[in-house]
Amino acid sequence: MTTASPMAASETVSIEIGGMAIALRTPDAAFRQLLENRYAGFVGASSSSHFEFDIDLYAPSDSTAADEDVQVRMEGTEWLLQRGDFHARWNFHTGRGHIRQSHNPYAIDSVLRIVHTLILARQGGFLVHAASAIRGGRAFLFAGVSGAGKTTISRLAPPDAMLLTDEISYVKRQGDEFWACGTPFAGELARVGENRSAPISALFFLEKGPENRIEPVGAAEAVRRLLRNILFFADDSELVKLVFQSACEFASLVPVHRLVFVPDQRVWEIIR
Amino acid sequence: MCVGRTKGKRRRVITNKYIAKSPAIAARLLGGEMMVMSAVDSTFFTLNEVATAIWLAADGGTTLAEIVDRKVCQEFDVDREEAERDADQFVNELSQHGILLVSDQPIVNLPAPPEMQ
Repeated sequence: MTTASPMAASETVSIEIGGMAIALRTPDAAFRQLLENRYAGFVGASSSSHFEFDIDLYAPSDSTAADEDVQVRMEGTEWLLQRGDFHARWNFHTGRGHIRQSHNPYAIDSVLRIVHTLILARQGGFLVHAASAIRGGRAFLFAGVSGAGKTTISRLAPPDAMLLTDEISYVKRQGDEFWACGTPFAGELARVGENRSAPISALFFLEKGPENRIEPVGAAEAVRRLLRNILFFADDSELVKLVFQSACEFASLVPVHRLVFVPDQRVWEIIR
Repeated sequence: MCVGRTKGKRRRVITNKYIAKSPAIAARLLGGEMMVMSAVDSTFFTLNEVATAIWLAADGGTTLAEIVDRKVCQEFDVDREEAERDADQFVNELSQHGILLVSDQPIVNLPAPPEMQ
């Protein structure tokens, strides 16, 4: 990986997630302001960005474009990322890319998520559908599909818990540990996470029930459920293999449990 | 030990097909369980002990019948015909997802399986 050359700082917003800075350049001041507001807490100095994208904006012609399936694949030396509301090309090795998209913030949000999944896949990490929080210097992940309780467990978090995200957790490998990093990718809570990180103490698969209890999850089941919740979009079998190995590594190093919980604050008493 | 159900000439329910792991898979033994995933369609399988024995022996140069004889019948207390039927079903299912390659001839010149790299 190379560090991309500096862009015109006045037209650039650099967004740093998980220690990985991506500079977004657009002459549209209103869109830059939208970026700074949306990613508040994650905006850094553009001079230290690892990757750079130029953004061309256009007026959307179809309001349903964001509902189309996303496509991510290599074409020559570049990644092609496209959906109805964006079309992006990105050269991983030069660090440069180009995005053509509508003013819709969900488009740039999706591009950032995809780019981070591609970066993380090579580094032994991943993005996963999970809320996460730091408590006592350790991070806890709460995974599940929509409706499993990610927003609920986030809303119930005690004051001493620092919320990293209520929707998409950023998991990266650091030595013999996995760390969780805050993300600006918000769910129903519509609140940007804290831009902090900590080693992961446990992963809980959420399930609402009549009582609070923690049950063990076997390694194979942990991997199977983790893979079901990992975000990965690329049509690339080599990267899919890397993501699989990362999930296996995670399950071998991090305790994985099923957390059955009653949606009230007492559930946090058993999270250690 | 394998026990045949019929006396006299044994009837094989599997042919002498060769099986090999596809290069387009990821596999990992974790917590005593073998997990295999297709890198093409992300289909995920957890293999039991017998299936794991067949999987590990799928080198492209050994027939399924030999694998059942040496790795299943000699190591597990299982009826031969049942073992052959189960092995055949297992191989068919994984081959449908491109996880196992099946041929009437030895399968050679494949890249090393992922779990051995």
